[in-house]
Amino acid sequence: MPRRVLDPQFVIEHLSILDSDGNLDTALEPDIAPADLKRLYRAMLLGRRLDERMVRLQRQGRIGTFAPIKGQEASQMGSVFTLRPTDWMVPSFRETAAMIYRGWPIEKVLLLFAGSLEGGRPAPDQHDLPITVPVATQLPHAVGLAYAAQYREDNVVVMAYFGDGATSEGDFHEALNFAGVWHVPIVFVCQNNQWAISVPIKKQTHSRTLAQKALAYGFPGIQVDGNDVLAVYAASREAVERARAGEGPTLIECVTYRLGVHTTADDPTKYRSEEEVKAWEQKDPLTRFNAYLQKKNLLEEGLEEQIDAEIAAAVQRFEAMAAADPLTIFDHVYAELPPHLRAQKEELRERLEKDVERRADEELPPPLPMRGQRKTSRWQN
Amino acid sequence: MAVMTYREALNLALREEMHRDPRVFLIGEEIGLYDGAYKVTQGLLKEFGERRVVDTPICESGFTGVAVGAAMLGLRPVVEMMTFNFSILALDQIVNSAAKLYYMSGGQYSVPMVIRGPGGPAHQLAAQHSQSMEVYFYHVPGLKVVRPSTPRDAKGLLKSAIRDDNPVIFIEAETLYGIKGEVPDDPEFTIPLGKAEIRREGTDVTVFAYMGMMYRALEVAEELAKEGISCEVVDPRTLRPMDIETMIGSVRKTHRAVVVEAGAGFAGMGSEIAAFVTENAFDDLDAPVERITGANAPMPYAKNLEQAKTPSKEKIIATIRRVCSA
Ligand SMILES: Cc1ncc(C[n+]2csc(CCOP(=O)(O)OP(=O)(O)O)c2C)c(N)n1
Ligand SMILES: [Mg+2]
Repeated sequence: MPRRVLDPQFVIEHLSILDSDGNLDTALEPDIAPADLKRLYRAMLLGRRLDERMVRLQRQGRIGTFAPIKGQEASQMGSVFTLRPTDWMVPSFRETAAMIYRGWPIEKVLLLFAGSLEGGRPAPDQHDLPITVPVATQLPHAVGLAYAAQYREDNVVVMAYFGDGATSEGDFHEALNFAGVWHVPIVFVCQNNQWAISVPIKKQTHSRTLAQKALAYGFPGIQVDGNDVLAVYAASREAVERARAGEGPTLIECVTYRLGVHTTADDPTKYRSEEEVKAWEQKDPLTRFNAYLQKKNLLEEGLEEQIDAEIAAAVQRFEAMAAADPLTIFDHVYAELPPHLRAQKEELRERLEKDVERRADEELPPPLPMRGQRKTSRWQN
Repeated sequence: MAVMTYREALNLALREEMHRDPRVFLIGEEIGLYDGAYKVTQGLLKEFGERRVVDTPICESGFTGVAVGAAMLGLRPVVEMMTFNFSILALDQIVNSAAKLYYMSGGQYSVPMVIRGPGGPAHQLAAQHSQSMEVYFYHVPGLKVVRPSTPRDAKGLLKSAIRDDNPVIFIEAETLYGIKGEVPDDPEFTIPLGKAEIRREGTDVTVFAYMGMMYRALEVAEELAKEGISCEVVDPRTLRPMDIETMIGSVRKTHRAVVVEAGAGFAGMGSEIAAFVTENAFDDLDAPVERITGANAPMPYAKNLEQAKTPSKEKIIATIRRVCSA
């Protein structure tokens, strides 16, 4: 009884269709209608321009901390583009471009990052979950959506996003294990942007690829050039079709790079070299897609100006919005307002009303002396 | 009215709610083929099939998270924790997801789910298996927390928990599964969450207690009655939101309060009750509120040590006597 190799043998493919030098594998080139190619490029460019604008807004203190997407436009758009509006999109915290494409108005995204819950609220007919901060925590939710969809016999696919760092979390493995056992209609999209804050992928895992982790759970994984929107699209479309046909989950590893900061609170020069960033800038997903469209004569004149104007108008609408009402802190804690929160809300309302009255007659009592400024008897001696 | 065990009452509540609402499904370890580690889900796989009684791999965080996702899509999962001690593995999913997603989605997705299973001290289950886990949950805004002490409450409160649109932590007890009591047959019988129950009326001191300690308090009340001390035993039943009105009302009547809790004390239920009694009824009190809790140490395995760690009848009696002589 010799040792033998088990069947099936596990393989991991890497898919690249349009490389950074503009070489195109025409045999693999996906069939995308010209209008869709234009929409896809527009969404990527909007993602990039909005991202740059948001970094400036953050630096000016007009919005809070957020996670920029620069460099990951192809990974996000190539994948989300293959969903139907009725399918479910489950983001992590770095999917602004995908969210906008799914129908989040720009001003709502700005509102979200300015700290208003209203900004995080998906529209009633929008099949998106809100962003979640604990890494990988959204992946079991995504499997739960897929299970519920199967249970209700909804014909939908779930697409869930996460980073390379998330693949070390227990929730990632538990979610993939469930997805495999239950054979649910889900596509896991890992944006391997090489870094989890300051931790490089080499320190995250000793696996050759992240895609291969799917094999342990009994479904296919594929690695794609995540800066090649055609490759991401082709792999995603195949995975979504498989899921819709009842053939179970897929894991797609998009090999990409975060060209900017981890979040606006991060300084990446502390942990990675300028040469590394420069090398990845050469592989910019927008540059090669732009060249591809140029060859096809599909580039629109003045698109960038048009997009910038759209963003500027949205920023204006965002800034015209009133600040959140403090009484809303008690909203949506429970499905109904329980007695203890009703009491706290009343108390806050009274306090706020008193503040307004006080401000109105401008007769504030003199402030209490700060500790240390007090003239106690000991200091007077 | 039928007489049945606490376990049967829970089982009946699950069965009735599954018949009533096709969105209700059960998920957890060993709940199907095996009928549940404590047989609470007995027969339900046979009756409702694999789609609605889902045996899972061993992964508390995973199946709790899956239930959160399913709840957001409109199902009503009832998650079984084999024991609540293992819910610690799912703490992130419970605290950061189940309790927060209604809020984080600006009210778009409610998370109507129940997480149930046994917790608290039992008979020689030792340090990692005997904890009063409610303390980990009732601090968290967005969660409701229930501890049902009788078969009637087990049925009525579980049904309300399943119909509730919020995540509800529902902690039963190994030691109570076998107790018997009267339970209404009416499938529409429910007990609203957030309502305390006066288990025994009295005039001299209010004793707050739930689960095993509630029964101990009733025994104590019986004995103290012989000495002329009249105890009112109040069972909060729902720890969050808590029926402060009934609880304060009782203290206003008796002017004295004692809390008995099986857990490890520090920052436990007794602390909270003592605080709000002081805030709301300080002028009505004739004595300081006292707490009788388990020792602030892990639960030992040995029987005699386990007894020494848990609040004894003698200690409860001595404390009440002291409070009443103040
Ligand atoms: C459970 C958890 N641990 C730690 C963090 C802090 N944190 C936020 S983002 C991040 C790195 C995530 O890396 P990756 O999954 O690669 O996603 P990326 O940020 O690169 O998109 C960490 C450690 C967190 N949010 N959640
Ligand atoms: Mg990363």
